[in-house]
Amino acid sequence: MNQFLDMVLIGISAASIYSLMAISMVLVWRSTRVVNFAQAGMALLSAYIGYELVARVGNFWIALPLAMILGAAFSAFIEFVLMRTLQKHSSQGAIAAIAPIIATLGLLGLIRAVIGFIWGHADVQIEAPLSKVGFTFGETTIVMSPMSLFVVLFVITLMIIVSVIFQKTNIGLALRASAYAPEIAQLAGIRVSGIRTLGWAIAGAAGAAAGILQTVNGTGALSPESLEFSLLLVFGFIAAVIGGLESLPGAVLGALILGLVLAAVQIYVSGALVFIVAFLLLLLVLILRPQGFLGSKAGRRA
Amino acid sequence: MMLKINNLTVAHGAIRAIDDISFSVEKGQLAAVIGSNGAGKTTLMRTLSGLKSAENGTATWLDHNLLHGKPEHHVRHGVSHVSEGKSVIAQLTVEENLDLGALWRRNRDEAKATKEEVFNLFPRLAERRKQLADTLSGGERQMLAIGRAYMSRPALLLLDEPSLGLAPLVIEQIFQSIRQIVDSMGVTVVLVEQNAMGALKIADSGVVLNLGTIAASGKASDLIADPAVRTAYLGF
Repeated sequence: MNQFLDMVLIGISAASIYSLMAISMVLVWRSTRVVNFAQAGMALLSAYIGYELVARVGNFWIALPLAMILGAAFSAFIEFVLMRTLQKHSSQGAIAAIAPIIATLGLLGLIRAVIGFIWGHADVQIEAPLSKVGFTFGETTIVMSPMSLFVVLFVITLMIIVSVIFQKTNIGLALRASAYAPEIAQLAGIRVSGIRTLGWAIAGAAGAAAGILQTVNGTGALSPESLEFSLLLVFGFIAAVIGGLESLPGAVLGALILGLVLAAVQIYVSGALVFIVAFLLLLLVLILRPQGFLGSKAGRRA
Repeated sequence: MMLKINNLTVAHGAIRAIDDISFSVEKGQLAAVIGSNGAGKTTLMRTLSGLKSAENGTATWLDHNLLHGKPEHHVRHGVSHVSEGKSVIAQLTVEENLDLGALWRRNRDEAKATKEEVFNLFPRLAERRKQLADTLSGGERQMLAIGRAYMSRPALLLLDEPSLGLAPLVIEQIFQSIRQIVDSMGVTVVLVEQNAMGALKIADSGVVLNLGTIAASGKASDLIADPAVRTAYLGF
């Protein structure tokens, strides 16, 4: 029973971070049809900026939202400068579809190199603002700590805010319409290119939160070559694909499935198998149900 | 003359889809643009709404240059386009589709009033306001597409084949609503149609396109009476 509880708790805290990464992948995919490999680099950069802000402001609770805002601004800047230029210059043929994706790979490398240049290649450390020791009830200590509980609650709050924005506000309606049918949205008077940039901005904020929370909830260490962040990208992508790559609730559901499956493997089988299972899951979903579980065929455009 | 098109040429790849055409439409009138598949009707509409750029010529609505700027810009100058093939967003509700058309309008009260006008014109949409557009019938979708365009309170409405794929009875209904938009709401309408007879019957004037050029134009009643137009386009 205790093992099961551990599995659920580990699964949920991992899922909360995957879901942030997944919704940032989905938002970028929906608005520009680009799989943004640079998201890992952008999240890493945001984590470094978070580290820098914590060092300067001395307060994690101020540094976190600030880093999210800067992450949003950086992401919007990338869309505005890099993606729009690429669209203009390669609007014809096969290269038009592939150039932006290759560009995000290039950007990923560039960001890592710049981080190494600014902060060096040795690890830097963000101090966790809350205890990482699990809560104790009588004799038993559970795997959920104040830090990971904060992560879960913070992500749930962000998800509620995002879904209210998307479902209840005019901006949200414009974001959805531009994602589903950009031409019709344009004909309805929506400034679709601005909405695209906004989609990237929200993705950047979510990615920044994922990067910082992943760091403080984990070892706290950051390095430009961080394997953890590459995996974060992969897990976020897997979760997004399970959810159909189009759907925000789908991305969250995909993250939950992935988090729980990986936690189950870790606890009941072996921690060494986690990555193997994760990648098999990705291939399995792509082969069996490429439209995901919540992605609609109608929403998928050529 | 309110909509003025002069020597308009539009290329579609290597082909001249629209080849040096000129015509105009009076304010408050319904003009039908008819012609067979590939005549350039859709290209003409997409050019007027800013989805496609022209090679040559001019097109103006009042003082507004239609050949410069994107659709979202023209909408703000009173020009709305319902593109071919029931242009609604299936994943949004009926009401969201309508609201979308008025998002850019600053005055929210006026936008609300326009929505009531649309619901009066198409009561079926009011009944189904909370349903996803995906669940609508073909005719209802077309009503929604026209309603969405009307939400921006256009002075010029460009309709591309609203009858496509609809049953005759439903076409009749849609055409009557279009006439009503012209007569009681004072909107100028350019109606592109394959259903030439139906369109000419409700139109004030007509333009017959053939391979990107104008084969005939004039009063709708004259076109219906013209033997050449009858045999070539009306099928009797």
